[in-house]
Amino acid sequence: MTAAVKIDVARLDAWFGRVHAVKGVSIQVPERGVLAVIGPSGCGKSTFLRCLNRMHELVPGARAAGRVLLDGDDVYGGSVDPVLLRRRVGMVFQRPNPFPAMSIRDNVIAGLKLNGLPRDTDEVLERCLTQAALWDEVKDRLGGSPLALSGGQQQRLCIARALAVEPEVLLMDEPASALDPIATARIEELIHELKERYTIVLVTHNMQQAARTSDLTAFFYLGELVECGPTEQIFTNPKESRTEDYVTGKFG
Amino acid sequence: MSPAPLDASLGKEQAAAPSPAIRLRALNLGDRTYASALVSFGGLLLAVAGVIVVSLAHLAQPTLSATGPVHFVLGTDWNPVSGSFGALPFIYGTLVTSAVAIVLAVPVGVGLAVFLAEMSPRALRRPVSFAVETLAGIPSVVYGLWGLFVLVPILRDPVEPFLAKYLGFLPLFRGPPIGLGFLAAGVVLAIMILPTIASVSLEVLKTVPAPLKEGALALGATRWEAVRIASLPFAKAGIFGAVLLGLGRALGETMAVTMVIGNSPSIHASLFAVGYSLPSVIANEFAEATTKLHTGALAGLGLVLLGLAVALNGLARLLVGRTQRKLA
Amino acid sequence: MRRFRLRKLVNVTMTVVCGLAVVVALVPLVSLLWLVIKKGVAGLSPEFFTQLPTPMGVPGGGVGNAIVGTLMIVAIACAIGLPVGIGAGVYLAEKGDGRLGRTVRFTSEVLAGVPSIVIGIVAWGLVVLPMKRFSALAGGVALSLIMIPTVARASEELIRLVPRSLREGALALGVPEWKTSLRVVLRTALGGIATAVLLSVARVMGETAPLLFTSLNNQYWNLAPDQPTASLTVEIYDYAISPFRDWHQKAWTAALVLLLLVGLLNLGARVLSRNRLGGAS
Repeated sequence: MTAAVKIDVARLDAWFGRVHAVKGVSIQVPERGVLAVIGPSGCGKSTFLRCLNRMHELVPGARAAGRVLLDGDDVYGGSVDPVLLRRRVGMVFQRPNPFPAMSIRDNVIAGLKLNGLPRDTDEVLERCLTQAALWDEVKDRLGGSPLALSGGQQQRLCIARALAVEPEVLLMDEPASALDPIATARIEELIHELKERYTIVLVTHNMQQAARTSDLTAFFYLGELVECGPTEQIFTNPKESRTEDYVTGKFG
Repeated sequence: MSPAPLDASLGKEQAAAPSPAIRLRALNLGDRTYASALVSFGGLLLAVAGVIVVSLAHLAQPTLSATGPVHFVLGTDWNPVSGSFGALPFIYGTLVTSAVAIVLAVPVGVGLAVFLAEMSPRALRRPVSFAVETLAGIPSVVYGLWGLFVLVPILRDPVEPFLAKYLGFLPLFRGPPIGLGFLAAGVVLAIMILPTIASVSLEVLKTVPAPLKEGALALGATRWEAVRIASLPFAKAGIFGAVLLGLGRALGETMAVTMVIGNSPSIHASLFAVGYSLPSVIANEFAEATTKLHTGALAGLGLVLLGLAVALNGLARLLVGRTQRKLA
Repeated sequence: MRRFRLRKLVNVTMTVVCGLAVVVALVPLVSLLWLVIKKGVAGLSPEFFTQLPTPMGVPGGGVGNAIVGTLMIVAIACAIGLPVGIGAGVYLAEKGDGRLGRTVRFTSEVLAGVPSIVIGIVAWGLVVLPMKRFSALAGGVALSLIMIPTVARASEELIRLVPRSLREGALALGVPEWKTSLRVVLRTALGGIATAVLLSVARVMGETAPLLFTSLNNQYWNLAPDQPTASLTVEIYDYAISPFRDWHQKAWTAALVLLLLVGLLNLGARVLSRNRLGGAS
């Protein structure tokens, strides 16, 4: 893999009050790569993800230290506006969270409208919904409520919403954990297509999902990065015995 | 796609240096403006409270310093023309009518809450709750109207003669049955504070954990015994808070009392007698008060009323909150 | 065995006693509603809604000016009270976890318990005294002071009901916090806040005491906010305590009109909240 490093995390620590949730993690993600972060619940993988677009600091009492470089710029640099950062690093959450007071169309272009970015909204709407593999299902009811959609459709709507602000990186926090198997399969297909354009960091507790979708896999345990390497190696020939125990289902 | 750097001023060396532990709270200008706007709204609410206290005190000051606070509260003479202001008859009337209201409304309100929470068929809960809400939503002047033209005649005959005949050995039930007076005001107040007592008690009773009640029932207790040994002790403080909230409402209620209490500044032991209350005298005299001393005296009554209401409400909130926190 | 029968007897007795409490509570409600409707309908006519009050002894006339006056005073109260109340509610929900927030929350609870007649004195001191004249503005100020604490608390609760995930969804799009708060969180809570506002308007519409010496009364049409203004509640009071039979009749009919207005607002609030709940599921 010779692609440029998109995200470079060095000795990242994160706390909630006194709880040390992420301990000295260093990881590099190449441009247009997919990093899967796996580990038992409570191992700090979601917190790690939320440090990458500075969502972590929104929780009262949360703190982070260390370095996160995006294209070589420190996202925790003193003059960085987290708001601008988040337009470059989009996020999809565990549970679909469309804005209930807005129509499907307004949900997709919400980021553009709320940020006052002038765009050809119809073009963006069709492009993002197509990229999120939702266009055909909703093109006849763009004015309808997003709450009328199924869970899987809502999640793809949230992905379209994240794509509309043209991020470079997409963070996905267990995007399929609240969905049924068929909807999950569609999200995974989507990840495959999206990695042509975006750098993706995917948190999942589903090891098959990590194996199917990612280039790199990182295994977290109790806030520490145990091992990170090419996905195939992590699942077939891990260096650490704790990784092997986890991927073979001995604990977690 | 070649992305713009996050911040042009960020030099390479600076970016490469590992950042020290950063306290993460960077707000941009819009967020800072919004935060200060919100805080000023919060401050505005505090200012409203401050303005209420300060302006009442300012209005009352001339009279309180001329009369002296002790004579103002304990004096029994109220004569705006001669400029003597003693508030005791009004304080007495307020306390007596509120006491009557509490005595009548507490058993009914708490009984209703217990029935709905513990005994009634489920189907009954919604309509009765709706009726109680309706009762709470009726404007007080309409209660006054009803009290004046419906309740007072009923009290005059047959209720007061009946009470005088059988309970007349008590000083409370002596004297001519006029209808208007402390009793009428107390009954109207009881009806008006009933929804407060009933709905807050109901809320509190709903927080009684089911295992507590089931534990009692499992020991072979009857429904009522479960209420008596499990629910009521648990909800005691909260129900007391509900009663205080009701009392707070009764103390400050103006129109319905003004219309049925008789409006005469006198102190009588009998509930059949006419009297006066703090809010009623303010309602009746304020629009016509011409001297600074007179408006000051009425504002002073307002201050007394404010003090009573704030003390009661603070205490009540504390008690209701404590029961609801027991769960956590 | 005898003891068990006694316990069962006590149980049945107490159940009956508590059930009776429900009946006792409903008697005044039924009596009041029935009489207001029965006596009120007797005086109802189209003119009652559109005409000015007539002097004592002159038949006909209505409370048209009082209906308009009530609406005007309540509108003034909303214009002052809603921005402050909702603003304070947003503050409590978004930034109210610190010590200042707790103080504001406690103050709003205490304010909600201040007797309305006391608020009337304050509004008199703030508006009538410097303007040297009773006015709709003074009445509106009084009612707004009553609205502020209740609207603030209700808004806070409804904003706090908006799931955290929506806020995070917007922030993750790179939307600043203030826009997230106003255009996503507040917008989502708006339906609920509208319900709370309607209920609060219904409550202050029935207030009499704080209007007695602020907006006073007026025998004529008035749309000037700096003039004494008639209101339905004060009109009912004045008619009720008068010694004249035909004025008593007008008091009942005006009470019916007031109850209809208040009931309509409550009904609106109910429909609004039901639609919202139905739409969300």
